[in-house]
Amino acid sequence: MARTLTFKIFRYNPTKDNDEPHIETFELEETPRLNLFTALHRIREKQAPDLMYDFVCRAGICGSCAMMINGRPTLACRTLTSDLADTIELYPLPFFKLLGDLSVDTGVWFHDMAKRLESWIHTSKEFDPNAEEERMDNATANKIYESERCIECGCCVAACATAQVYPDFVGAAGLNRIGRFLFDPRDTRGDQEWFELVSTDAGVFGCIGMMACDDVCPKDLPLLEVFSYIRRKMNSGVKIAVEDLQVS
Amino acid sequence: MKVITSDVLVIGAGLAGERAAIASAQAGLDVTMLSLVPPRRSHSAAAQGGMQASLGNSAKGEGDNPTVHWLDTVKGSDWGADQEVARIFADNAPIAMREMAHFGVPWNRVEGGPREVYIKGKKTTIVEDHEKEGLITARDFGGTAKWRTCYTADGTGHTVLYAMDNLAVQLDITIHDRMEALSLIHEDGVCVGAIVRSLRDGEISAYLAKATAIATGGYGRLYGESTNAIINEGTGSWLALQTGLVPLGNMEAVQFHPTGIVPTDILVTEGCRGDGGLLLDVDEYRFMPEYEPEKQELASRDVVSRRMKQHILKGKGVQSSYGEHLWMDLRHLGEEHLTTKLREVYDICMYFIGVNPIKELIPVRPTQHYSMGGIRVNKDGHAYGMKGLFALGEVACWDMHGFNRLGGNSLAETVVAGMVVGEKIANYAKAAELNANVSLAEKFAKEQTDLIAHLLNNKGSEDVYALRDEIAELLKDHVHIFRTGEGLEKAVNGLKAILGRIKDVKVSASAPGMNPELSQALRIEGMAKQAYIIAKGALLRTESRGAHTREDYPARDDKNWLNRTLASWPAGADEPEFNYEPVGPLDLPPGDRGYGGGQMIDMDLTLVEYNAKIDAEQSALGKHTTSEPTGVRLPKEAWREESPYKDAK
Repeated sequence: MARTLTFKIFRYNPTKDNDEPHIETFELEETPRLNLFTALHRIREKQAPDLMYDFVCRAGICGSCAMMINGRPTLACRTLTSDLADTIELYPLPFFKLLGDLSVDTGVWFHDMAKRLESWIHTSKEFDPNAEEERMDNATANKIYESERCIECGCCVAACATAQVYPDFVGAAGLNRIGRFLFDPRDTRGDQEWFELVSTDAGVFGCIGMMACDDVCPKDLPLLEVFSYIRRKMNSGVKIAVEDLQVS
Repeated sequence: MKVITSDVLVIGAGLAGERAAIASAQAGLDVTMLSLVPPRRSHSAAAQGGMQASLGNSAKGEGDNPTVHWLDTVKGSDWGADQEVARIFADNAPIAMREMAHFGVPWNRVEGGPREVYIKGKKTTIVEDHEKEGLITARDFGGTAKWRTCYTADGTGHTVLYAMDNLAVQLDITIHDRMEALSLIHEDGVCVGAIVRSLRDGEISAYLAKATAIATGGYGRLYGESTNAIINEGTGSWLALQTGLVPLGNMEAVQFHPTGIVPTDILVTEGCRGDGGLLLDVDEYRFMPEYEPEKQELASRDVVSRRMKQHILKGKGVQSSYGEHLWMDLRHLGEEHLTTKLREVYDICMYFIGVNPIKELIPVRPTQHYSMGGIRVNKDGHAYGMKGLFALGEVACWDMHGFNRLGGNSLAETVVAGMVVGEKIANYAKAAELNANVSLAEKFAKEQTDLIAHLLNNKGSEDVYALRDEIAELLKDHVHIFRTGEGLEKAVNGLKAILGRIKDVKVSASAPGMNPELSQALRIEGMAKQAYIIAKGALLRTESRGAHTREDYPARDDKNWLNRTLASWPAGADEPEFNYEPVGPLDLPPGDRGYGGGQMIDMDLTLVEYNAKIDAEQSALGKHTTSEPTGVRLPKEAWREESPYKDAK
């Protein structure tokens, strides 16, 4: 028999005078294979025309729709109501700027993160349109891709204890990004440059190793492995720095 | 009203828009990008398979070159493409792939030595050349003579978009995300920017620029059931159409893919059927052999989609709360195959619809997938009818795809057009003056604020979501895979009635800010008018070409219809205006595609006669003079050196 689902949804519109954060309750008949993308659209289109949330690809690829679903950060598009109890609580991701209801500003935060970590290939080589491409071992390409799969949904940052108390922390997504460029032989940044960029509490030494990020990552990125690699790299960076000090 | 000025304004920050913005930034120009969503959430990210470019590094790509790629593209288009533009594309695609490698894309690379692959259902061993070790490799795709599709696993769009956006961040290109352009600002046939609504707080601003480029993707969401991201509602093509001056090209050319899953319409790859997957109906009966005894499930996309729809119309569809569908059966392929070779399909089914394909049937139906039509531009990407306006990527009708595009050619088009057209935009902006006419901007802004006030305050009773669904129903029922004069008449009349109701749309949500209902209401006129143009264009085109299949006109008619549809909507008019122009210079004479069968009515002009009329006829319909004369990029009869022509008598 079809269930009647109860949605308890966080509501707050920061652009509206005198609005206060509150929980609004909606009821919806469950249909076969209902996911939260379809459920939220049905609620918006029939019951709450001003309800704010974000979906783009609705296929688990673009990272837009992360939210707290019964207390856990995950992608709404690929969450089936059949996997949830009759009452479903939806909150926006913590940490990110709230735009309204379930919509948060992950885009600006990730853009800023990319800038802080200089998330691009550092090279002095110019592109030559007439030359054959630089060769790369396929195993290396696959290794870069493994970290490049991050979809910037923000679940890891939302789940991170450090990020909640220390907003400058780049989060698991940021550390993973560092790993992605460390693995890439086209990027010529040396240990010293990386050390200066990321060996701070906002960077690699901010992580206290609770690894909630690893539990919630919807893409199953190998975060533990990447973090260990970066720490080993940065520890060798410390050694270099100390030696430099002794020489001078 | 806030007024933001730049040298170049790029509307849409997916792959095409970002690559064009980068071209202008590298030329020292001040660029602003606008996007409905953060750039990395653009629909470009969802492309999985890859990008075609004739690098010829893999063993099965040996002997490939831009001419072979061009031949495949022109045949794929059913001769509807501009052959010179297809050539510009094919020539530049290898450069674009290498450039993306330079920007950081971790392309999969050639591994020398033997490896096992499936070719036409049979396990085969191929040997990769050790000399090519470490170069960009390629996989097989439909409609191609060679393995030509460069890829990064099944996340190609994602990795290319991330590399591109990294570069945009490095170049410090201004990006204003969650912004929607509502109209273009123009005067005397020159575009000077756009009126923009913030999707954060609802504020209206004017963005003024010397050159404006639209790169907002396709209009697939008009169909409701579409593999496209939900933002692909034709917002960019509507910007052009509402000027009354810029025509949209070939809007009736719409691609459908046989296997979108139900619900959600997410695509599952053609590889499922390639590996032996079967299509079943409500009785779990395998119906395809009845319609296509020879090819069965593996006929071409348009044929399989047509048969599926036909079978549903016979009452053999499976009823569900999400509409009727058919089944795809992969159970016999077994667990190991499904969790390795078809792992992505397995994951999609498990996560999205709770179906385990090892044990259960997958609900599928033919689903809208790609928009060949769009803003008509010349080979420089300059929009017909308006100076200073450019368009590129899926939103444009450039037109390398004609009436059917090949898989792997659309993602490649984004970066190639970004590179080629991007340079033309930069050159234009460098030579242009900024028209900082604020009172003109205010006039255009007032039209939008008046419309918003009307939507919020009028006494109408039309529900915008219901109208959106009615438009989608008409397109799905009558302007889908197969089309008839009778059905298209119904769609045209139905859409005409909907157009009459648009003014009575009432937005009930009055809260300030994002107001998603208002956003939808602001888009609905553009959606309805474009749907009308698709339906009317399909009604007028009394032939079958590529994805446009008329049951009542089954032949491809090169005598009467070797042309491109141009539709514009003059200001204040009740009806759009339809014109037709030559497709562009013909070098490969119209002929058999080598697949798909079908009848042909031969053209009655010689190629020389056809080519002689192109410039005059296109210019009369608004084409600007191009940076180089028509045809110079098209090497004459290079195809004679390639198979199958090489050995022909």
